[in-house]
Amino acid sequence: MAQSKGRFGAFGGQYIPETLMNAVEELDQAYLRWKDDPGFNEELSVLFNEYANRPSRLYYARKMTEDLGGAKIYLKREDLNFTGAHKVNNVLGQALLAKKMGKTRLIAETGAGQHGVATATAAALFGMECVVFMGKVDVERQALNVYKMRLLGAKVVPVTSGTATLKDAVSEAMREWTNRVSDTHYCLGSVMGPHPFPTIVRDFQAVISRETKQQILKREGRLPDAVLACVGGGSNAIGSFYHFIDDKDVRLIGCEAAGRGIDTFETAATVNTGRLGIFHGMKSLFCQNEYGQIAPVYSISAGLDYPGIGPEHAWLHSIGRAEYVPVTDEEAVQAFEYMSRMEGIIPAIESAHAVAHALKIAPQMSPDQIMVITISGRGDKDCAAVARYRGEEIEG
Amino acid sequence: MSRIREAFAHGKAFIPFVTAGYPDLETTGKILLAAQEAGADLIELGIPFSDPTAEGPVIQTANVKALEGGVTTDRIFEFVEQIRGQIHVPLVFMTYANVIYSYGKDGSDGFCRRCRDVGIDGLIIADVPFEEKEEFDLPCKKYGLDFISMIAPTSEDRIQKIASQADGFIYVVSSMGVTGVRSEITTDIGAITERIREVTDVPCAVGFGISTPEQAARMASCSDGAIVGSAIIRLISRWGKDAAPEVGKYIRSMKEAVEAAGS
Repeated sequence: MAQSKGRFGAFGGQYIPETLMNAVEELDQAYLRWKDDPGFNEELSVLFNEYANRPSRLYYARKMTEDLGGAKIYLKREDLNFTGAHKVNNVLGQALLAKKMGKTRLIAETGAGQHGVATATAAALFGMECVVFMGKVDVERQALNVYKMRLLGAKVVPVTSGTATLKDAVSEAMREWTNRVSDTHYCLGSVMGPHPFPTIVRDFQAVISRETKQQILKREGRLPDAVLACVGGGSNAIGSFYHFIDDKDVRLIGCEAAGRGIDTFETAATVNTGRLGIFHGMKSLFCQNEYGQIAPVYSISAGLDYPGIGPEHAWLHSIGRAEYVPVTDEEAVQAFEYMSRMEGIIPAIESAHAVAHALKIAPQMSPDQIMVITISGRGDKDCAAVARYRGEEIEG
Repeated sequence: MSRIREAFAHGKAFIPFVTAGYPDLETTGKILLAAQEAGADLIELGIPFSDPTAEGPVIQTANVKALEGGVTTDRIFEFVEQIRGQIHVPLVFMTYANVIYSYGKDGSDGFCRRCRDVGIDGLIIADVPFEEKEEFDLPCKKYGLDFISMIAPTSEDRIQKIASQADGFIYVVSSMGVTGVRSEITTDIGAITERIREVTDVPCAVGFGISTPEQAARMASCSDGAIVGSAIIRLISRWGKDAAPEVGKYIRSMKEAVEAAGS
């Protein structure tokens, strides 16, 4: 019996149709071939630094720290990356890998549109064809990002099946990949899906915690007491956690989108409301009904609006190494407004979920403790939706 | 020999696929009886899944509509239990991993036990490849079900390891992509079945994209049978509750074409 690959404890694996097995195997082999190759890593570093504006800043949020009166708060500014979010880290890595594999076409799913924009950007840079699948609901609520993708030369396909959001965009991208694997790389945007995606995406996003660790040691001479990040599929969170996993004194806190609350059906808080299952190529935790039908999920944030979580997070949760807390729409919107006024930084509504939890716990921590919050993206794209939430209509 | 193997013992087989509960279970029952009457050698019964990633638009819609109509895994088990006495050909479930894995409190074990109790002969799980089959294959073996393996045009070096451990029959996927009607099938099916034959005598049936008697005959001529799904679901979409006689007529024409290919 062949051994299942890509396990994090009981989670992960490769639950995909046979038609795709050779494609993921080819990707796995290519990744093993290139991941430690000095030339590949040099090329990627140049792209990160010269093109994507890395390393991202670790900014001491003095006003916020003083206002909350507890832990010293640092912000890991992934929002300052080129294209406005952490997504570019993974995309540049995968696009470079795809190029080494001789692929000429990138396909991707997107929720909020950040990963779609990042993929379209990399495709333009590498001279590749690009097709982005995006739920019809998200196409409507993220019109600016749709325009950007088209401007960058990508084709955006609105997905109308299912709930017409992120999970359906993933399903449609998988279907398209099944249809055409020879020249196409599926540039998956989060630490999810079949092996090797959760590992590849994690490794490319791990640059976040690699930098944070160096920056905080230089600045404070010690490790932080807590690292907070928002979690949908979980790519910015795993990137923020990864190099701290072995540092047992660093609390790792993933902030899930609770939507209208974890006691309602309008939620996307997978760890808090889901259970073990198999979907989109992986064994992990999913929001589902008693018969294993995947539940429609809801969040104000299109980027966290996903019924599952990456398998490595499910594992970190199961062994008690990371905590996963629910944050409601209302709390996220308040944090979005708070950070804008307090620090002059408009965070993505996704990142605002992590900020919201920081607002709860920072005051309970002592001033000699340190907290790092990853601001995974910038919030320009969310202004229209937050305004609407507050009863105001503005041009999106 | 399993009941499934026996279904291939009398010439080339024709295998229709029907989504359970589309448009409702009563109609599904009539369709199964009509399919048997028209010469179906084995019937694939789909348990609908909310997010069927291997299906094209036709079967996706059938899945969604069936679930909207209130069909559940338990209702499908009860339905099979009631109708099994009138169906003499083997019945296999086709579904997705989570439907089985997340069933009841015992998951795959409880699902397979219930399958045995209601008279299901095997399982086809669209998103479980060779590497992940053990946790499904073990309960299948425990309860006497065949775990049906799939082989795709891209399987290449995987063909023989998959085939050497196959039970029941081997589902040969005719083309890349998802399920759905295709005007042309270009894969060299004969070359795939030859490689399978080198390691096993488990029968091979070809599916994905077959809709016409000519295609079915051509696929059956280089294998042991043909599987048709989307073309049947399209008929059900068109005729609704009155679909059974139409599906029966269609299956008869397909079965004749497949039989002729074997003579």
